[in-house]
Amino acid sequence: MIKDDDILLLDEPRLSAAERLYLPQIVDGMTVTLRHLGKSLFKRPITVQYPEEQRQLRVENYRGVHRLNRDEQGRVACVACFMCATACPVRCIHIEAGESPWDDREKYPVKFDIDELRCIYCGMCEEACPVDAIELTPHYDLVGRSREEMILDKEELLSIYDGTRDLKPRKNPRITGYPGTGNRPEQAELPKDEAKA
Amino acid sequence: MVEFLTSQLGVSIILALVVIGVMLGAVAYCIYFERKIAGWIQDRFGPNRVGPRGILQPIADGCKFFLKEDVIPGHVDKPLFILAPAIVFVVAFVGFAAIPWGGQLQLGGRLVDIQVAKPDIGLLYILGVTSIGVYGVVLGGWSSNNKYSFYGAIRAAAQMLSYEIPLGLCILVVVLTMGTLRLESITLQQTEYWGGILPMWNVFLHPLAFLVFLITALAESNRMPFDLPEAEQELVGGYHTEYSGLKFGMFLLAEYAHMITASGFIAVLFLGGWHFPWIAWTQPEATAWYAVIAKMLVLAGKITFFIFLMMWLRWTLPRLRFDQLLRLAWKGLIPITLGLFTLAVILVYVGQQQSLLWALLGNTVVLVIVLAAAGLSQVEVTGRQANLPSIRPGPVSTGTART
Repeated sequence: MIKDDDILLLDEPRLSAAERLYLPQIVDGMTVTLRHLGKSLFKRPITVQYPEEQRQLRVENYRGVHRLNRDEQGRVACVACFMCATACPVRCIHIEAGESPWDDREKYPVKFDIDELRCIYCGMCEEACPVDAIELTPHYDLVGRSREEMILDKEELLSIYDGTRDLKPRKNPRITGYPGTGNRPEQAELPKDEAKA
Repeated sequence: MVEFLTSQLGVSIILALVVIGVMLGAVAYCIYFERKIAGWIQDRFGPNRVGPRGILQPIADGCKFFLKEDVIPGHVDKPLFILAPAIVFVVAFVGFAAIPWGGQLQLGGRLVDIQVAKPDIGLLYILGVTSIGVYGVVLGGWSSNNKYSFYGAIRAAAQMLSYEIPLGLCILVVVLTMGTLRLESITLQQTEYWGGILPMWNVFLHPLAFLVFLITALAESNRMPFDLPEAEQELVGGYHTEYSGLKFGMFLLAEYAHMITASGFIAVLFLGGWHFPWIAWTQPEATAWYAVIAKMLVLAGKITFFIFLMMWLRWTLPRLRFDQLLRLAWKGLIPITLGLFTLAVILVYVGQQQSLLWALLGNTVVLVIVLAAAGLSQVEVTGRQANLPSIRPGPVSTGTART
């Protein structure tokens, strides 16, 4: 309950004679707007004319569309640990795990879908991932004709990685699989089905 | 045929057609420049997509208004709903008829007036015709059968009633000074000089009346900071909430036409109409065709300046609240204009109505009285109405449910 002593009663400041006439204040305001008008006439406004010009985005930490990283051997880096799906506040990540065909990890994602319409681009999945497999890219102009089209599956997310690899390389390509198991990716062999693909 | 075309009637008809055509184009481009100026003042580009620098934007807007569906909602009073934009639109354009565009033209050995109509009561005609515009606004709001439209309409009615009074008193000051209601005579009297240097424009004679007239003209044409009848943020668009398509376009065009009429009116009453001092072409003796064109361009320049001023003000000032609006009219402008009116009457009585010295002396006296009243008055002029009960903490709710 609010006590009477806690309420501060403020009187509005009394206007001076000039302020009561309004006119000096109006003239002041008009000089300000005239200055801006003159500036715009002789100098190009800083407006970015979007489709033709595009802003230089901060590649490192811009939070746009997700990608699913590949390791050096072109395999999906994800180990299907469900950390991202757990961290996700809107539950837009759907993973189906399967037994890994490679011996450096136990599981890999059979399916990895992200609902890009549901996502709020908070970047928690990127924070949570222990193997730096899921990352956000600076791409923001994602469009689709239906809601279904905006649910990106594993192949689409991997192809986004292929498209943005040069712009933003994977943070730590050495981490794949369980750290500390000794099964480093350079020693692992390509599984047969992935090698064919 | 040539005989008819060079007669006053023929010239008037041609001029009327030209003026209507030019005004429709000017009104469309007013909207474009309004948006451009808004952009520049806010450090933006403004419309720049249709054509080079967006110059074709009004044409695109016009096409849009024509092609859009013209919705007439089921709950409206249909005849009045259709009539309202027509009233606003027609009334905004007929005001131009009495404005003297360019003095007299020598045509086939005769002198014809470059003025569509030359009534003896030209001034009252413009005043009356522009005031009818509020009928369109009120009818539009009323017939829409929508509470927000109706709020806009009653605001418009109260605002117009309040601001007609200082407007009329300012015009009376001019009429008393000039001794005539004919706009062309008012212009002619202003083409003389004091001491051969300073033109006898009414703005030098009655600067305070000019200022008040400018403010009331803004209010009469529903412009910012007095655009409460169409306050989008409060009234979902005001009196034209229910309008769409071409009917909405007519309201929009009428607003700008009203601005042009008001600007022309100010220019004729206070700035000597088509008169540009010290240049032979714009003196009343010059009646050749090029002189008439020069005079029309001078008047157009003055009108453009006032339109720019109105747009500039719009993008500078915030909107007044309704009680502030009415207080400004009744407690501010009307006393000032009553003082100015008294001054003009006294000047006429002592026979000094054209004397610069006496008029400025009187204006200074009025200004000093106004400043003293503003400075010395103990009434709280704040954002809040002074006589509202002050806010004291009442009994604090203890959370009992309301029944």
